[in-house]
Amino acid sequence: MRILDVSLVTQAIKEMCIEANHFLAEDMRCVLDKASQEESSTLGRQILEQLQENLSIAGEDMIPICQDTGMAVVFAEVGQDVHLTGGLLEEAIHEGVRQGYIEGYLRKSVVGDPIFRENTKDNTPAVIHYKIVSGEQVRLTFMPKGFGSENMSKVYMLKPADGIEGVKEAILNAVKEAGPNACPPMVIGVGIGGTFEKCALMSKEALARPVNEGSPIPYVRELEQELLDKINQLGIGPGGLGGRVTALAININTYPTHIAGLPVAVNICCHVNRHATRVL
Amino acid sequence: MNRDIKRIELPLQENIVDTLKAGDYVYLTGILYTARDAAHKRMQEALDAEQALPISLEGNVLYYMGPSPAREGRPIGSAGPTTASRMDKYTPALLDLGLKGMIGKGKRSASVHEAIVRNKAVYFAAVGGAGALLSKAIVSSEVVAYDDLGTEAIRKLQVKDFPVVVVIDSQGNDLYESVASNN
Repeated sequence: MRILDVSLVTQAIKEMCIEANHFLAEDMRCVLDKASQEESSTLGRQILEQLQENLSIAGEDMIPICQDTGMAVVFAEVGQDVHLTGGLLEEAIHEGVRQGYIEGYLRKSVVGDPIFRENTKDNTPAVIHYKIVSGEQVRLTFMPKGFGSENMSKVYMLKPADGIEGVKEAILNAVKEAGPNACPPMVIGVGIGGTFEKCALMSKEALARPVNEGSPIPYVRELEQELLDKINQLGIGPGGLGGRVTALAININTYPTHIAGLPVAVNICCHVNRHATRVL
Repeated sequence: MNRDIKRIELPLQENIVDTLKAGDYVYLTGILYTARDAAHKRMQEALDAEQALPISLEGNVLYYMGPSPAREGRPIGSAGPTTASRMDKYTPALLDLGLKGMIGKGKRSASVHEAIVRNKAVYFAAVGGAGALLSKAIVSSEVVAYDDLGTEAIRKLQVKDFPVVVVIDSQGNDLYESVASNN
């Protein structure tokens, strides 16, 4: 049994809020560099150059990469041999978001009630997904999620008879519909299987997975590659202004499902696919 | 598609709007006003109550944008466009009152298309997700209405060479549609 004070969680979350909103992770930089070399449209290349320049300015001048610094999504994997002390874990996470968004000059984009819509002024609460895992560590992943792309995301409850072709069609339709609204080039997270909420959660987890590795499951990795090629033949292009690079990456996660169903969730993210991870 | 950069001054003159074509790359210099979801709702409520709007729309351009907070010594934080379609419900009425241009990202509704043509206006896109870069073209920023809305307040921005692309021109040509139909 290891004792861990939740103030360390607050500190880590706060630092990740600021880091993720100003610096893209190495995997994202890698696919963006690759895309810049593959774009054939002049306007498309111009937009990709602006995105690269934007990243440099963000890091050098500490201006958030995007003004939509997102709703804070946190994945907390808690080892079952950890004893957390000093307060509630949930409160510690919210406090980290509060401090990070205020001290980091990040935009407060959260309203306290979805109907009455009064801004909470500190970007809390976060959306937190817990997982109890083995060991005596706590692994925290912070993912600020912007809503231009979030609004274009979809869940499809397909039939088993739709099969893999139905899955491909659903994903391509979601990307086509998202088009210029989702700030292409996009990153696409997909969850296949499970239940209604499980596939949605998997699609979010898929966005946090490194974008330059591919699924460990061979047929899924092939599906990712095939869909990325198909998406990049849609012609939407950077900024939706035409071109090859409509998506930078697609990550697919799968899970067993029911004999009667084939749930598919498509979580769309823009080129600013921000994530940071700390292990405590 | 014309790759040359056109430089134009704000507020927009009608004879200038006529020369802008879908696909043109344009640098804007002058005054812009920001407004996004909550400010549009307030303006619509003011119109419904037959009250005056807090800003004059005549010849002006609205930028659909809510910035991140400015660090000390800077005019503004990150400042890129938000999705325009959420403003579609409110936009035709504003165009009919003299609004000449809008800057956002993403597709517009059929009724906004019609109102753009009817009023000889223009819809520009700025690059989504390039808020740090775009902030460098903003010289000054001042809240002029709805201060209580925080990032969603109406701000008056002085911009210099603010880069945009014409998406819907005053004849109703739509760059996104031509991109989609070419594939």
